[in-house]
Amino acid sequence: MAELTSTGSMHAEKLTGRTQQIFFSAVESDRLASPHAIDVDFDKLVDIDAEGRSAREVNQEIAARMREGYGTITVLNPGAKHSLGVGILNRLRLIFKGSLGYFGCGLSDGPNIQISGRVGWSCAENMMSGTIVIQKNAGSTFGAAIRGGDLVCKGDVGSRTGIDMKGGTIIVGGRTGAFSGFMMQRGRMIVLGDAGPNLGDSMYDGIIYVGGKIAGLGVDAVDAEMTELECNWIKRKLDQYGLEAPNGVENLRKIESGKQLWNYDSLEPTEKKLVL
Amino acid sequence: MCGIAGLIHRGNTANIGSELLSMLQSLKHRGPDSTGLAMYGSVSDGSENEYVMRYKVAEGADLATGFKIHDEIADRFNLVRNRLAEYDAVVVSVDDATPYARRCRFRYSGDLKRLADYLEDIEGVEILSIGKALELIKDLGDAITVGDQYRLNHFEGTHAIGHTRMATESDVDIRSAHPYWAYPFLDVAVVHNGQLTNYWNSRRALERRGHRFMSNCDSELIAVYLADAMNRGDDLEESMNRSLSELDGVFTYVVATDDKLGMAKDYMAAKPMVLYESDDFVALASEEVAIRSVFPHEIETIDPYEGEVRVWQS
Repeated sequence: MAELTSTGSMHAEKLTGRTQQIFFSAVESDRLASPHAIDVDFDKLVDIDAEGRSAREVNQEIAARMREGYGTITVLNPGAKHSLGVGILNRLRLIFKGSLGYFGCGLSDGPNIQISGRVGWSCAENMMSGTIVIQKNAGSTFGAAIRGGDLVCKGDVGSRTGIDMKGGTIIVGGRTGAFSGFMMQRGRMIVLGDAGPNLGDSMYDGIIYVGGKIAGLGVDAVDAEMTELECNWIKRKLDQYGLEAPNGVENLRKIESGKQLWNYDSLEPTEKKLVL
Repeated sequence: MCGIAGLIHRGNTANIGSELLSMLQSLKHRGPDSTGLAMYGSVSDGSENEYVMRYKVAEGADLATGFKIHDEIADRFNLVRNRLAEYDAVVVSVDDATPYARRCRFRYSGDLKRLADYLEDIEGVEILSIGKALELIKDLGDAITVGDQYRLNHFEGTHAIGHTRMATESDVDIRSAHPYWAYPFLDVAVVHNGQLTNYWNSRRALERRGHRFMSNCDSELIAVYLADAMNRGDDLEESMNRSLSELDGVFTYVVATDDKLGMAKDYMAAKPMVLYESDDFVALASEEVAIRSVFPHEIETIDPYEGEVRVWQS
């Protein structure tokens, strides 16, 4: 099970598994240095109007502007187009004035993204680091397979939120639908509203905190005790995004894997034969 | 994949043809093979026994099969007219929609199912819809193509549902296109995105009750299932709630009757639906981009949840 530590302003999670997941924080910019990173200036601003343009054209212009050193890019009239803001592997402040369609901001690794509207299905799929904050609602498979960063929806989200998530933090200000946390493997999900049926179904690891009613737990998802360290961590996370648990952080219900179905490191049937 | 859409004006009429075509064209990437619309207008002069029928006597592709087909199409149209007369149905008007499809207004006081069965007994004839408000149009191509072909850009009405199809398990033809009319029930039509896994069991049960199926498409079954349940006393919402437990699979469907629009999502919630609702207008679609084609400004939309059923009155 993961152990939480607080190291100054940074949040770190030490896992007992093969890898250690470092959580992104806005002040941890030095962690994002990579040989391919583009040096951008957050004080250099530019607007991109998506009206009448394809997602590919808009994404290409975002990349071009980053190469020119623009660190704060505002996309106007996104019009719920699909696949906007995908594949950004760099520091960037990216603002969408409006709503995104499916697969918005997928494969993100580093940018801080704000969306004033809603997002469709599969927002932030496979996100690695950075922050994405959505002011309104989100569709299903929100944060599928994310490995790091903070993914925040201030409204309601659809079903299968955080399916297959392998790290990072998902925060939902409202309600989440059925099968949220399905096959979750690592990371944390905080849902301040209600959760639909089959919450945490077949989760291997990770933790889900729920502030509202849970329609039903999935297979191998069980209740667990909250610790003071977790409460402090959640408070800090919620403060960071201007959110509040309606009944207090202490009264969140904590769900984790019962690990009755946990079969990491177990051998394949053919391998077992060899061992025997 | 397929795209589905619906809209309803509450308390007034509007150019639903143009609105729905715009929504469906935005969903073209979900299914470019065929486009279908079920629109609810005011088609009769108020007479109790007046109906509008949309029917086809061939597929568009048949026209390329040789010169003989044109004579056969003419013969089939004549046979329809003769059989209507034979059953004492009084034809009020007939409009050519395409060389192989027509819109016919008629007055009739007999058993509609018997009449429909008799007409469909003619080779190549398929009734797409019969209703007092419903007009169902479907053909190959995207929304712009079908809209131009059938001149649907100025269709006044209260509500409509539509579909863009990506053919996966059946042919690219009109018969396999959506929406489906709930033959022989007046004014009930369905569009659906998903798969029913107990299709054959459910179909056999409905066939034992005397219903006919023109296709092997599970969406047709939903239409007939709902109409059958309503015929047995359920209201629309009750029949939809019942469908969630009796139909297996993953599905989101939209259904329309003469004065209502409804949507249902199964318990797995694996098929998308985005919904916009205001006091006088409701629009719903597989993707928000479709709703934005009729509402270019910023709007609040939601995703209905698993096991959710909603019904709106026109």
